[in-house]
Amino acid sequence: MRKTVGILALQGAYQKHVDTLSALRITPVLVRRPEELKNCAALILPGGESTTISLLIQQYDLYEAIKIFAASHPVMGVCAGMIMMATEVDDKRVEPLGLIPFKALRNHYGRQVHSFTTAIKLADSDFNGNAFPATFIRAPGITDMAPQVKILACYKNEAVMIQADRHLALSFHPELSGDTRIHEYWLRNL
Amino acid sequence: MNNDTQQNDFSVKIGLAEMLKGGAIMDVTNAEQAKIAEDAGACAVMALERIPADIRRDGGVARMSNPKMIEEIQQTVSIPVMAKCRIGHFAEAQILQALEVDFIDESEVLTPADESNHIFKRDFTVPFVCGATNLGEALRRIGEGAAMIRTKGEAGSGNIVEAVRHMRALQNEMQRLTTVSKEQRMSISKDMGAPYDLVCYVAEHGKLPVPNFSAGGIATPADAALVRQLGAEAVFVGSGIFKSDDPAARARAIVKATTYFDDPTVLLEVSRGLQAGMKGLEMSEIPEDERLAARGW
Repeated sequence: MRKTVGILALQGAYQKHVDTLSALRITPVLVRRPEELKNCAALILPGGESTTISLLIQQYDLYEAIKIFAASHPVMGVCAGMIMMATEVDDKRVEPLGLIPFKALRNHYGRQVHSFTTAIKLADSDFNGNAFPATFIRAPGITDMAPQVKILACYKNEAVMIQADRHLALSFHPELSGDTRIHEYWLRNL
Repeated sequence: MNNDTQQNDFSVKIGLAEMLKGGAIMDVTNAEQAKIAEDAGACAVMALERIPADIRRDGGVARMSNPKMIEEIQQTVSIPVMAKCRIGHFAEAQILQALEVDFIDESEVLTPADESNHIFKRDFTVPFVCGATNLGEALRRIGEGAAMIRTKGEAGSGNIVEAVRHMRALQNEMQRLTTVSKEQRMSISKDMGAPYDLVCYVAEHGKLPVPNFSAGGIATPADAALVRQLGAEAVFVGSGIFKSDDPAARARAIVKATTYFDDPTVLLEVSRGLQAGMKGLEMSEIPEDERLAARGW
């Protein structure tokens, strides 16, 4: 049976994750309400604007629902979604879910004219060792990680992809690359 | 590529447009309004000195906004800040890029600077959004390097009818292209005045190669839901918010309506209790030669 993976679809780049999951023969489900998590085996928090996403998570009762879901299912957070994964954010308007113990720095890599694509090396042998085309869009940074957090990739000596338990958090956008290895890695034990 | 190579190519420009999908981008004229928009959940703001309804009322030449005003907005909010330049005015665009705005709108709302040519947008690092009323116009703008298209509607009218007309025209033309034979594509390219390779892209994918948003005339949560259901991937709200009697509440309502665009229970909930919207203009009240959507070549 094909597996079902949810994508939080309040605002942002959720359609690109739909495309990536479909390419992996996984059934994507757009999640806008708590009950839509019921049939999901995992959840993606996509990129977008973290202030917007945080506000809508609060207003539509998704905050507790996602926290409960994450206690027993893998969650992957990308860019704004990564900010939502943190325990702390350098912006009081964002109320993070606290799924991985680290601090997120909003717009760490600057405004759009400083956005870029670069090849990053993935640390884990599970990724076939090849470089990954990583696109950073007004990207957030990762700092103050707890010791149990594993760094999977760095850019200029700063962590840009981390893992704790079955959760992944990324500064860059694997869904924009056409390369499915990171989604596959995250979903490998599903 | 290695670890030290950074590339800012077209996919990076489209990348930001992807991040804005499902959101509401709001026109603001000062830092205070920008704050209201951000607190309401806007995914970006468009910084301009006069909103379209006032440009229409005041007349005169409408130009790029004062950089100082844009800077104040950049310093106030953390969401992306967009700004408008005149059609064909690449020097204004150079200034906006130096200011590090996140998106430039080469906009028909301002007075055109060139009556034949748009900006060659591929020369810029900053992404551009351009208006379109039909598929040919959209593909010409993408050919010049636009990373996002917004249907024009009629800015400052508070009337959704033109936004609907343009979104339907675009969707219908794209739908039709997917059904024609390959032999007909060149002839369609010629008739539309659109680049052949982009005509082929649409014929094969049934959609534009860049995100497609809607603008011009959105004044209520229902308006936002309407254009979203017609295929808009996000909405621009101009005069509709700060020309209403309850900007903060209306901004919040439009943000929610944009996300839950196909859920009538949410649309009802957010529409209830709003105060008066902007008055708006019947299209027959706007003379043909004052219609902003006609600007663009």
